[in-house]
Amino acid sequence: MIKTDILIIGAGPTGLFTVFEAGLLKLKCHLIDALPIPGGQCSEIYPKKPIYDIPAFPEILAGDLVDNLMKQIEPFQPGFTLGERAQTIEALEDGSFIVTTSKGTRHQAPVVAIAGGLGSFEPRKPLIASIEKFEGNGVEYIIRDPEFYRSKKVVISGGGDSALDWCIFLSDIAESVTLVHRRNEFRGALDSVEKAQELKNTGKIEIITPAEIVDLKGETNIEGVVIKRENIETTVACDHFIPLFGLSPKLGPIADWGLEIEKNAIKVDNTLDYQTNIPGIYAIGDVNTYPGKLKLILCGFHEATLMCQSAYKRIFPDKRYVMKYTTVGGVEGFDGTKKEAPKAVIKAIV
Amino acid sequence: MIDITITIIDRQGVSHEINAPTDMNMNLMEVVKSYELAPEGTIGVCGGMAMCASCQCYVESGHQLPVISDDEEAMLSEAFNVKTTSRLGCQIQMNPEMDGLKVELAPEC
Repeated sequence: MIKTDILIIGAGPTGLFTVFEAGLLKLKCHLIDALPIPGGQCSEIYPKKPIYDIPAFPEILAGDLVDNLMKQIEPFQPGFTLGERAQTIEALEDGSFIVTTSKGTRHQAPVVAIAGGLGSFEPRKPLIASIEKFEGNGVEYIIRDPEFYRSKKVVISGGGDSALDWCIFLSDIAESVTLVHRRNEFRGALDSVEKAQELKNTGKIEIITPAEIVDLKGETNIEGVVIKRENIETTVACDHFIPLFGLSPKLGPIADWGLEIEKNAIKVDNTLDYQTNIPGIYAIGDVNTYPGKLKLILCGFHEATLMCQSAYKRIFPDKRYVMKYTTVGGVEGFDGTKKEAPKAVIKAIV
Repeated sequence: MIDITITIIDRQGVSHEINAPTDMNMNLMEVVKSYELAPEGTIGVCGGMAMCASCQCYVESGHQLPVISDDEEAMLSEAFNVKTTSRLGCQIQMNPEMDGLKVELAPEC
């Protein structure tokens, strides 16, 4: 069981900045995220896009914003459970919560801060009628262990980086790799596109374009895919079909936690502290809603800051505290580091 | 300020004739959001960067639309329920030439 002061669900910008604000109050944080890397949408959807409305940054790339936040929170030694989705929550008698992930990792904290953005990122599933029947029986939306495909016949569909990169990677492992995409052009890094072209030229992979997979064949396990190209349908035998059409966010299991939901978001008390209808559970950043809500990173930072003050009072109801400016108090990390303003030097002129 | 009138058929098939400003740098996806014609979180998920297909729509009127960019074309090539009339709403800017535009929102997926 992982124990912490504030359990943050979602490691996007808001969740990451919460670690900093909590750290100033000597509260430890642990973050859970369904994605394998921190940064949320900034890392998953638009790492190379500039953001222009972060105060004091006339322009910053989303990926750089995440890097900077990671650096800023480093002294507070946050814990991470990545690649696992927060699945269930249980309220204990002492007022704390246990959150269990999709992989069964358990976390306990007196305060839970949901900073889940638009939700956890789930694979986009192509609209093939029989696809659900074969999920887990040869259809996988995420490649967890490439060795699983050793000496197997694999069909991948999609036109982005992940489709190309996995084709290239699996070409050395699988018996055969076939890539199917709806058009001839691929949206991927130039060297990936060139590498795939080279593998196609040398016969190591097969690329079928412009084409679409319209049906799946097999009894229990998948045995083949039906590929439609120029209105002609052909069946290609395979052991695995991996559709890689990117990820889209879904509120997911959080929607069943007994929280008040409105407009696909969690209702919070914005006049006070961004607490939800369940005391001890807060919602901050894009995942919450209240009158006048704006889904902006800078608003998430503000919400995180106020939420941490409230969390402190909840954890230490009898302690008095006033907010301190970092310019005055400096930043004292849990790792023993201390940053502070240089002291003024007084020297007489004689 | 010039307002234009456009028609949007929502995902339930209900037609809405609405006014859209042309001086606020708004695109079609944002107009749909401003009138709450699709539930929050089901449209404009990527914020309007042509990086998701949640604002896909079918253009029913014969308007001269902006040329489709590589980003938009790539996104549509990976989207579902795509038709020959498909466009991403976030890539259609509201300007006086768009007066009378008629679109249907593609199903959520």
